[in-house]
Amino acid sequence: MHIVVCVKQVPNTTQVRINPETNTLIRDGVESIMNPFDENALEMALQLKEKHPGTKVTVVTMGPPQAVDILKEAVGRGADAVVLLSDRAFAGSDTWATSYALSTAIGKLEKPDLVLFGKQAIDGDTAQVGPGVAVWLGMPCITYARAIEIADGEATVERLYEDGYEKLAVSLPCALTVLKEANVPRMASLRGKMAAKKLVIEPMTAEMSGADPAKLGLNASPTRVVKIFSPPPKAGGVKWQGEEPEVMAQRLVDLLRERKLV
Amino acid sequence: MAELNYGLSELALEIRSMVREFAEARVKPVRAELDEKGIFPTEILRELGKMDLMGLYIPVEYGGTFEGDSMPNLIAVEELSRVCIGVSVSFAANGLGADPILIGASDEQKKKYLPPLASGEKWAAYALTEPNAGSDAGAIRTTAVKKGDKYILNGTKQWITNGGEADIYTVFAVTDKNRGARGVSAFIVEKGTPGFRFGKKEDKMGIRASATRELIFEDCEVPAENLIGREGTGFIWAMKTFDVSRPGIAAQGVGLAQGALDEAVAYAKVREQFGRPIIANQGLSWLLADMATKVESARALTYAVVQSIDRGVKDYSKFSAMCKVYASDVAMQVTTDAVQVLGGYGFMREYPVEKMMRDAKILQIYEGTNQIQRDIIGLALNKEYAAAAKK
Ligand SMILES: Cc1cc2nc3c(=O)[nH]c(=O)nc-3n(C[C@H](O)[C@H](O)[C@H](O)COP(=O)(O)OP(=O)(O)OC[C@H]3O[C@@H](n4cnc5c(N)ncnc54)[C@H](O)[C@@H]3O)c2cc1C
Ligand SMILES: Cc1cc2nc3c(=O)[nH]c(=O)nc-3n(C[C@H](O)[C@H](O)[C@H](O)COP(=O)(O)OP(=O)(O)OC[C@H]3O[C@@H](n4cnc5c(N)ncnc54)[C@H](O)[C@@H]3O)c2cc1C
Repeated sequence: MHIVVCVKQVPNTTQVRINPETNTLIRDGVESIMNPFDENALEMALQLKEKHPGTKVTVVTMGPPQAVDILKEAVGRGADAVVLLSDRAFAGSDTWATSYALSTAIGKLEKPDLVLFGKQAIDGDTAQVGPGVAVWLGMPCITYARAIEIADGEATVERLYEDGYEKLAVSLPCALTVLKEANVPRMASLRGKMAAKKLVIEPMTAEMSGADPAKLGLNASPTRVVKIFSPPPKAGGVKWQGEEPEVMAQRLVDLLRERKLV
Repeated sequence: MAELNYGLSELALEIRSMVREFAEARVKPVRAELDEKGIFPTEILRELGKMDLMGLYIPVEYGGTFEGDSMPNLIAVEELSRVCIGVSVSFAANGLGADPILIGASDEQKKKYLPPLASGEKWAAYALTEPNAGSDAGAIRTTAVKKGDKYILNGTKQWITNGGEADIYTVFAVTDKNRGARGVSAFIVEKGTPGFRFGKKEDKMGIRASATRELIFEDCEVPAENLIGREGTGFIWAMKTFDVSRPGIAAQGVGLAQGALDEAVAYAKVREQFGRPIIANQGLSWLLADMATKVESARALTYAVVQSIDRGVKDYSKFSAMCKVYASDVAMQVTTDAVQVLGGYGFMREYPVEKMMRDAKILQIYEGTNQIQRDIIGLALNKEYAAAAKK
């Protein structure tokens, strides 16, 4: 099996500050790390590799040259191969252009059976790149995955909701976006770290990826950021418990009537 | 933080940062629960194995990463101990169990038993102590009688760290009753060998995450090829093991004392009485100064002993005993003082120094009590000065 994991380098803060004038992220002075959800995606791949001997895990990132740091971290944990997609032509890409660029890079690799993404990046937060790449690659995509099992060319995936989960069967190849709940990411091993230190990573340029230059970078990005703001927190809701079911059901019906919902 | 330059290798520094991060992330959040409920740190050891950290003391040709530098393993023990010595002893007891194999076993035995220990797939334990043979280890009564191509073991071992959890046990037994310590032999006994079972698991004052258990041998048949070295060499392997393993106990002391110092200073900076942080009182800051000085002295001595062993110093029993006795006494003093610095809060289970003080006590007892260490040092002095007088 060949598993591709897409990882993004992000600033180390869950509280990304936004410059209110330019509507862009303030990245200065913040340490860069692997996007936390991508760690879960990588861990899922590495666990599958342990369960299915012969599996190869390739980690792909698009970013500036210093993004090699997260690729080395991935090798330290057990990734077999890495791709750094890096070129000025990619600069300013939005989710559409990023998805396209990543899909061309993946297209240059041995055909994957599984392409994994984090649920979302903690800086951009759109959660669009995973599904976007899946569309470019023509693969089904399951978002919010917390567990996967693979047998006979088919994957069984648990997709988590706030109030439960779905168990879905999907044929391979497919794409998943992975949740924190999926696993606890491992730490790099000593031998992995040693291998990572010796690694020389030649970036894959736009030309090497074979991407259409007209679909890359700021100019090809349809997104225009008009305004960035924090949404109001979701209200807590009400919970009734401990009473007779009939009493609670009646209360629910009353409330729905009161709000003119039934 | 300012630190001394001990000339550590790149590997040792790498191990220090890896294990420090690991201990903070994986051990610290669970240490109070492991302690309270006496839970063995299975997951933690498994993960250390996956990170290639269980074979730091095992030579490369047997699957480990050891190439002559003993500091990485020592520092791994120190860093785990900074957070929990219940966990660090469970880690280090593998080395204690493996040492007689490393020191005395044949190449064939090493090839069979060391690689799975290096990968962390299997764990080891060292079984010398018996109910009637503690400090006087030469008085053990477990017997091994040769019968064909087997030895038949009978007897009981007591307080064996990793007992029940380990897969590979180095067991010391008497093969010749008439020769005292020279009649002791060492055997490799695998878990699951018929006639080998586990008895009582101890409920302890400290290091409660570690497993301390009885081993019972009843007509236990061990293949003759599992004898380490020749018959009658067991006591030599047992004592040589202690010479190399005692600095590991010292490293536990250094790490534990450092952990307690960290807690004490951090607390003294934020706790306010009489309108100022308590660290602003000279009476308290001098206590902290003495604690810090002891921790660094213990570290310097311990590192110097291990680095000297690596550099080929031959006669080091005395020095191994010195670092063990000194660092464990320092750990007891510093953890006790740390409780004092935290006052009533230090006495409460909610704060980690209470556990640290309970844990420290064992370091003065196991792998030879501190009285026995002082005996070793005293005997060596007597001998060395007698030799010097003759010249
Ligand atoms: C509203 C908005 C504001 C933006 N602001 C800025 C800005 O201030 N500065 C700036 O430089 N860019 C900005 N961008 C661009 C944005 O950083 C990229 O589009 C980004 O690569 C993908 O968006 P995301 O961070 O939301 O990722 P998501 O879609 O949330 O990421 C989901 C998953 O896709 C994968 N993935 C995402 N990006 C990559 C990648 N580069 N390489 C490999 N895998 C990846 C990861 O697995 C990740 O977990 C902005 C985009 C938008 C839509
Ligand atoms: C938690 C724990 C884990 C252990 N793990 C292991 C293990 O993995 N493997 C193993 O083989 N053993 C293990 N032991 C045993 C340990 O090494 C012994 O407890 C230790 O050697 C002391 O023996 P003892 O307890 O019988 O004390 P004793 O020998 O009975 O000593 C009692 C007291 O008398 C003092 N004393 C004895 N002789 C002298 C002397 N000649 N001069 C001055 N004072 C003396 C001692 O210092 C001590 O203070 C463990 C013990 C504990 C508590």
